[in-house]
Amino acid sequence: MSKQLLKGNEAFAEAAIRAGCEGFFGYPITPSTEFLEYMSRRMPELGRAFVQAESEVAAINMVYGAACTGKRVMTASSSPGISLMMEGISYIAGTEVPAVIVNVMRGGPGLGNIAPSQGDYYQMVKGGGHGDYFPIVLAPASVQEAIDYISLAFDLADKYRSIVHVVVDGNMGQMMEPAELPPMRPLPKTAPDWAVSGAKGRPPRALSSIYINPYDEEITNLRLLKRWLEIEKNEVRYAEIEMEDAEYAVIGFGTAGRVASSAVRAARQEGIKVGLFRPITLAPFPKQRLKEIARQVKRILVVEMNSGMMLDDVTAVVQGRVPVEFYGRMGGVTPFPDEILGEIRRVASNAAPVNGNAREEWIQRLETIIGGQA
Amino acid sequence: MTTSQPATLVYQRPTSFSEATTHYCPGCTHGIAHRLVAEVLDEMGLREKAIGVAPVGCAVFAYNYFNLDFVEAAHGRAPAMATGIKRVLPENTVFTYQGDGDLASIGMAEIMHAAARGENITVIFANNAIYGMTGGQMAPTTLPGMKTTSSPYGRDVELAGYPIRVSEMLATMEGAGYVVRASLHDPAHIRKAKKAIRRAFETQERGLGFAMVELLSSCPTNWKVTPNEALEFIAKQMVPAFPLGDFKVHPEIAKLRV
Repeated sequence: MSKQLLKGNEAFAEAAIRAGCEGFFGYPITPSTEFLEYMSRRMPELGRAFVQAESEVAAINMVYGAACTGKRVMTASSSPGISLMMEGISYIAGTEVPAVIVNVMRGGPGLGNIAPSQGDYYQMVKGGGHGDYFPIVLAPASVQEAIDYISLAFDLADKYRSIVHVVVDGNMGQMMEPAELPPMRPLPKTAPDWAVSGAKGRPPRALSSIYINPYDEEITNLRLLKRWLEIEKNEVRYAEIEMEDAEYAVIGFGTAGRVASSAVRAARQEGIKVGLFRPITLAPFPKQRLKEIARQVKRILVVEMNSGMMLDDVTAVVQGRVPVEFYGRMGGVTPFPDEILGEIRRVASNAAPVNGNAREEWIQRLETIIGGQA
Repeated sequence: MTTSQPATLVYQRPTSFSEATTHYCPGCTHGIAHRLVAEVLDEMGLREKAIGVAPVGCAVFAYNYFNLDFVEAAHGRAPAMATGIKRVLPENTVFTYQGDGDLASIGMAEIMHAAARGENITVIFANNAIYGMTGGQMAPTTLPGMKTTSSPYGRDVELAGYPIRVSEMLATMEGAGYVVRASLHDPAHIRKAKKAIRRAFETQERGLGFAMVELLSSCPTNWKVTPNEALEFIAKQMVPAFPLGDFKVHPEIAKLRV
């Protein structure tokens, strides 16, 4: 295969198909709709299941049912749609069936807007639905990376019988860039030994998230937790730029991380010893590597397209070892590389923090940019 | 007394039934409805390819009572879950078992659209005009004036509206191949209900679209009456409000002798 110019949402959908997705169930929502449209065209061509559901609630429950058959199934949506899916997501987690969910995030809360955002970090990374469960969250930063990680998402979902969220934002869903698709994977000929398929020549199987006896539920919670610790051990992924000799680290994921990479390169041209640390697994969060970075650098700048959500995870790991600063844009605003470059320069000047509260200090700087109309 | 004749088996547990004891209250008709489904699956030889979808409601543990593959849905979402299963396993027989709170209130969108899509699944709909599992609250099917724990003065239609007749509504859907309302209040009606369940599964096996059997059912515990009074309540109060009948029968099924 060679590189082609691919539109994000369509490339993600084709990547899912090539990873063996046999069922797609979704509902139109900007900026993820092309995913559904593409699937509506391609899945019937291949004799695979596609349903445009009556709502995101129905869509995720179709995913839930189809996931119980052990086949690779998925949905794609955007922030408000993902909120609606949270009930089903919790059931899928409780039933321990694999499913891949792509969230093309947009500005919020509420109806918000259709511009790119990372405001769903808490909802995706911390669970979002009710009860004790731990989804895997992958945050690619380019069309190519999203193609690669959607394939991985299906593998991880099967391996751990887990939900895998792939979070991108409206930028990545809508942009076109050169990327290479993987070859089509053959579909498995047999179903896993837990799947429902009709009790022919074997005892019946029941898949459920109900454990009416609290002690049984607790055992289930413990099983999920232990599996999560295993995932934390094995599945951490991140990318770095110029970190080897870095005295300052910028930390950002997805689009924010990608924009920050331009700023880091520009800062290097100016002689600032700064590197980029870009978590790809938001969950499991790359804590070990971040601890090492906190020992290496003098100061950390977290950059996000939200109000500082990953910031909380970073500060929890850094534990005050070095100052952690923050720069974010919210509401569907994507920061420019120059904005982040300005932040890097400021951080590298080692100006003493005003009060040590990264968010409060950022708000003051942000208000000078956006006019302080809040 | 001895007999020279070999014993004739007149009654036995259907193979599609498990050996579990149900948790249903005395006088509840869920047990009858379950048994009818199990008998039909046995008679049609569908057990080994059947996948049931249990609801949230009193039948939440239905998967324990059937000897076949089952999944357990979120409240109201059984038709969506069944859709997902049927679309990736079209050769399997997929059915939901739902109550009136599940199907006609929180799951109204899912049932309507499953019917509209002509989803090739079978729905067993137990309508007892009340929320059983949560302890007797007003359901979308609660009769006007009927007292429940959340309509203690009786259902006031000015404030809480009127009962929903689901079968009549679903019969308007072109995707529906079979929509029938039957009742479980006496043996004659139970025999008719079984025939309807048989036809509903025949509809699926023949690929004729969405099939639903609504079963007027009893809830003596939450109606606060004896089992016999409950059956009388179905006959005298529920049947007039929810007329029995074949609201939609695909011509191919109408020809069928069961």
